[in-house]
Amino acid sequence: MGTTKITAPAGIPFIDIEREFAAPRALVHRAYADPELLKQWLGPRKYVMEVEVWEPRDGGRWRYVHRDGENAYAFHGVFHGPQTEERMLQTFEFEGAPGHVSLESVEFIERDGRTLVRNHSVYQSVEARNAMIESGMAEGLEDGFARLDELVERLTSQAPAAAGSTR
Amino acid sequence: MDQHHQLDAIFGALADPTRRAILARLAEGDWTVGELTAPFGVSQPAISRHLKVLERAGLVSRNRRATARLSHLEAGPLREATEWLARYQAFWDESHERLDALLASLTRQPEG
Repeated sequence: MGTTKITAPAGIPFIDIEREFAAPRALVHRAYADPELLKQWLGPRKYVMEVEVWEPRDGGRWRYVHRDGENAYAFHGVFHGPQTEERMLQTFEFEGAPGHVSLESVEFIERDGRTLVRNHSVYQSVEARNAMIESGMAEGLEDGFARLDELVERLTSQAPAAAGSTR
Repeated sequence: MDQHHQLDAIFGALADPTRRAILARLAEGDWTVGELTAPFGVSQPAISRHLKVLERAGLVSRNRRATARLSHLEAGPLREATEWLARYQAFWDESHERLDALLASLTRQPEG
């Protein structure tokens, strides 16, 4: 089982996501490029994903909706340049924050039959990144402090919930 | 302080390795500035400045006990920050686990 590594550096409007999959690149790319496959994995299981249009070619459009009961979160954008097994590139806009468009590249790197997927998102400002992340699909932000997760887990498991002194 | 600014302050405070080490130390108990300074090989005023940053972020409170001021870890804001982080991570963790399963089934049935 791979580990998803998310980095959102302080002060720079990027989000980077890295994950390795135990499958050859052609297959992993297919899971991204084929909308019938895409809707089977993108997003938590509680969402039903409807792919309205998904045209992975230069100038092709895309739009999908995640539905969770009465809530619906829609996203759309345009593919730019050749969409290959090595790299896909698209604009991305959450319709709940119109005008906040990011540029997203997905690189597929094959190593010994396994595939590393590197997703790099560039927002127009740190504020825009955070605003997008706090709404709709992305409700939280993993900040890129190397040992933060580990530290926080250790601290919250050790420290008592009550605000009172421990001694 | 609204949630946005508090999170900025928390992440800013956590960006420094010495401050993370101070928090780890405070998870073991309350300490005076002098006790906190000893293991770090930096000056007491430097540790005091770090404690001020942590205090502004709401991660540390300071109480006077007799003649000593004790620093105390406030885990609440940290827990809120972690939950905020965790939701975004959870979205992708779950997506990628589903993709693992899909890829495994596609590998068994290449044209499936």
